[in-house]
Amino acid sequence: MKTTQTPAPVPAESGAPVTKEDIPPAPPPKARKEGTVLNVFSHGVLVIWAIMVVMPLLWAVMTSFKDDRSIFSSPWSLPDTLHFDNWSRAWTQANMSDYFLNTVLVVGGSLVGTLVLGSMAAYVLARFDFPGNRFIYFLFIGGMSFPIMLALVPLFYVVNNMGLLNTIHGLILVYIAYSLPFTVFFLTAFFRTLPTSIAEAAFVDGASHSRTFFQIMLPMAKPGLISVGIFNFLGQWNQYMLPTVLNTDPDKRVLTQGLVQLAVSQGYKGDWSGLFAGLVMAMLPVLAAYIVFQRQVVQGLTAGALK
Amino acid sequence: MQHGKYRFIVGFLALPLGLYALFVIWPFIQSIYYSFTDWTGLSPEFKMVGFDNYSRMLDDEIFWKSLQHSLLFALLLPVVTIGLALFFAFMINVGGRKRRNGPVVTGVRGSSFYKIVYFFPQVLSIAIVALLFAFAYNPDSGAINSILRGIGLDDVQPLWLGDPDLALWAVMAVLVWSTVGFFVVLFSAGMASIPAEMYEAALLDGAGRATTFFRVTLPLLWDTVQSGWVYMGILALGAESFAVVQIMTTGPGGPDYSTTVMVLYVYQKAFRDGQAAYATTIGVALLVVTLAFAAVVMRLGRRERLEY
Repeated sequence: MKTTQTPAPVPAESGAPVTKEDIPPAPPPKARKEGTVLNVFSHGVLVIWAIMVVMPLLWAVMTSFKDDRSIFSSPWSLPDTLHFDNWSRAWTQANMSDYFLNTVLVVGGSLVGTLVLGSMAAYVLARFDFPGNRFIYFLFIGGMSFPIMLALVPLFYVVNNMGLLNTIHGLILVYIAYSLPFTVFFLTAFFRTLPTSIAEAAFVDGASHSRTFFQIMLPMAKPGLISVGIFNFLGQWNQYMLPTVLNTDPDKRVLTQGLVQLAVSQGYKGDWSGLFAGLVMAMLPVLAAYIVFQRQVVQGLTAGALK
Repeated sequence: MQHGKYRFIVGFLALPLGLYALFVIWPFIQSIYYSFTDWTGLSPEFKMVGFDNYSRMLDDEIFWKSLQHSLLFALLLPVVTIGLALFFAFMINVGGRKRRNGPVVTGVRGSSFYKIVYFFPQVLSIAIVALLFAFAYNPDSGAINSILRGIGLDDVQPLWLGDPDLALWAVMAVLVWSTVGFFVVLFSAGMASIPAEMYEAALLDGAGRATTFFRVTLPLLWDTVQSGWVYMGILALGAESFAVVQIMTTGPGGPDYSTTVMVLYVYQKAFRDGQAAYATTIGVALLVVTLAFAAVVMRLGRRERLEY
């Protein structure tokens, strides 16, 4: 292999005696050209997709400040004045405040429940040897890949028979159950990586199993809990199918459901600007959470795909 | 560590396992059982009917349409989405200009910016994304036709979701829009773990960017691509396609069932038409399709595992 003939200017490090003349003074023109052309091309393509991602979102924000007439007559023009009344109308009259509160209650409750129950199960499955351990583990993991819709029809009647239909706590319990597969999977792997010596020392010192768990293992698992917590937050906040089926009471609607219902009914009332304001309102918290916790979000979500 | 061990294990597993069994496992088993009954879901009475629901399903034209669309979702969407994502990820991570004394392959400037922006749609609820695009597709006042008018294409004003030939494609485009970013980030992480020496060696041998991609990057990334493929397929068969089709297309299910998919059909049969047993039958078919899809992808994609 002759270093001088390679298109990329790699300094001779092969150990072969190379005199000064053998090393090209500048990168060969071909390499430089390819780099430049590719760079322009890659940036061009990447910028186009970035615009395609951002445009619809900006369009929604812009539209949420316009009045109904200009939404229809000129969809892309800037708002003549900023109609903040759209936002206040959506918040109060279109019940966005209620949907928001319901969502916060449901997601708050399920998130805490998922993390507590998920880490309990994962801890036991990761650290204790007992008959049936593997079976229970795979029972949980299996839930990650089967279509929820299949279980949804009987689930409706299970929830109904327990008197939990159209209740916030019923929805919380179901959310927890459906979040457990991934949570248990993720946290089991995490608990396996934690050192055993500290837990054993605590146990020898007389701490009970549950005390060891809550006071020593759980604090040590904090990074894992944060990752899986954000993953579940996004999933539960964005949930649409479960509430659509299990929660038909108009007063108990969560954001996604409420907005879709609103879109249907607004078709008759014609308050499009208020609807857009509601839409943007629902997008902002998750976008904000994503920007703040960007690294953990990506970690949690990509771990989910690579099970 | 034996003292009280079993009591502790049972105590810690009882609640999570109980909840999971009650709301996930039990309904799942029940639904297979119900598919052999004539249960309406409205009254508690029902009787066993054997394979009646299954033979009815095979004669159901709408079922075949929904199956066809679901298969299209599961096969075409991953190809387009993953193809685009691989292309973007390669640009972001390997498409950069070589800087003096820098590494042999580098990402373009601002690569982390691209990754952040591309990921935006992934964190939004698919329901909200579907609503947003339902407005954008509006033939008269929507953003898309208005752009077409703006660049002088006054004659090209498709009905989008109202056109039976276009509606399905319009819906699929939304799913591509919302998931590409996720795969860009996923593949970027995979590409970052490929050792730079591999690229150096390829460049020394005179490989161009395209050769580098097909001979170095793709084979080393294959495991990630494959699990991404299965993941996307399951999404496209399940919850995601339900939301976009139910929210975006009229009917819902589109003009002349042109966009209906299996999940939506299960939902409609169970909760709109009061045919719970028949709905679970279609659900079982959906399960079979999902498992078959995963098995086929795993089988076709099996290659010798490359260690590095």
